[in-house]
Amino acid sequence: MYAFDFERPSTLAEAEKALAGEDAQALGGGQTLIPTLKQRLAMPEKLVSLGAIQEIKGVCKGDDGALCVGGGTTHATVAREAAADYPALAALAAHIGDPAVRNRGTIGGSIANNDPAACYPAAVLASGATVVTNKRKIAADDYFKGMFETALDEGEIITEVRFPVPEKASYQKFEQPASRFALVGVFVAKYADGVRVGVTGASEGGVFRWTEAEAALSADFSTGAVEGMARPADGMMSDLHGSAAYRAHLVGVMTRRAVAAAS
Amino acid sequence: MPQVSMTVNGKPASGDVEGRTLLSSFLRDTLGLTGTHVGCDTSQCGACVVHVDGEAVKACTMFALEAEGAEVATIEGQAAPDGTLNAIQAAFQEHHGLQCGFCTPGMVMSAAALLKDNPKPSEAEIRDYLEGNLCRCTGYHNIVKAIMAASGQDVGAIAAE
Repeated sequence: MYAFDFERPSTLAEAEKALAGEDAQALGGGQTLIPTLKQRLAMPEKLVSLGAIQEIKGVCKGDDGALCVGGGTTHATVAREAAADYPALAALAAHIGDPAVRNRGTIGGSIANNDPAACYPAAVLASGATVVTNKRKIAADDYFKGMFETALDEGEIITEVRFPVPEKASYQKFEQPASRFALVGVFVAKYADGVRVGVTGASEGGVFRWTEAEAALSADFSTGAVEGMARPADGMMSDLHGSAAYRAHLVGVMTRRAVAAAS
Repeated sequence: MPQVSMTVNGKPASGDVEGRTLLSSFLRDTLGLTGTHVGCDTSQCGACVVHVDGEAVKACTMFALEAEGAEVATIEGQAAPDGTLNAIQAAFQEHHGLQCGFCTPGMVMSAAALLKDNPKPSEAEIRDYLEGNLCRCTGYHNIVKAIMAASGQDVGAIAAE
């Protein structure tokens, strides 16, 4: 690792100030950023740990019925505390990485990084969630901009993610066993006004909505409605773990599994 | 250079660190607690698992300064001061839950975290919880047995693999 200055503010206001400098980088749980720093793939002048900011931690129910997850909330906490209100989201959190990773990694860190194979982006997009920052509210559809790219500005901090709670939902992950990331992961969420399908791990453009499947499932929420449906292999990631065609096929399979498992 | 202070195995510990100093380096190099092993240094193998405020974490993937004011527990604090092994350590010995022993500190610390939340885990729950702890010797079988035994359960039910 290259050397950097380290700050650990205890309030959001202090964190904003600390991040205002040149080449300052926010640190969530560090489960991706620290390995990245070790490989010298990033060289911030200053790291600002968000880990001591209590006001961005925790899970609660909003007045509008949405489930509000603080940006600094660990996966382990979401797995425990969202289980009653949004079981599909809790189950997703319970299967990220391994137990020790889940005790450190945070939802804000995950979606700020927007790894194309991370689990949370699929849930945020399929839930039509709102990403709340210290500056504004961003709709999920406007937030994800491509592989490792988001609508966040420099120094912007995710304070909360608000998930409208669906009638039924499920996340199905075909796990890449070494990294435990999704080779393909599909989050299906059924709302009163329609179904949303978020797909991670598959596309070179990062997480995306599978609108054809959404239309079919909105008309008929059954595995039969998406039977035989598949994505074209164009634009799918291809690597030693799976070809583009294989991933495209898995998108259909995991969507059907998610519909079958939705509760 | 910034200073960090924490409680390690019940005793106050502090030292000068850089921003980039990992908790694993602080424990090993500053405090001399070399029981916390660094296997992969890429947060995959789990040999460096310690508890921070009661939760299992990979000490190689956390900065020492992030543990400021925390209660840290390492493998060195597991046995009684007279050297008597705790129930998990004794079960690892009894059931041959190690061969080379490199992964063992992380295995024991992960097992302790599991049993704190789930005092009678099933075999499947144990295997699931050990997802982030790699052992290249035992094939995990005797590790799972040891954890079953440490939780007071019958190990005879575990099929040989």
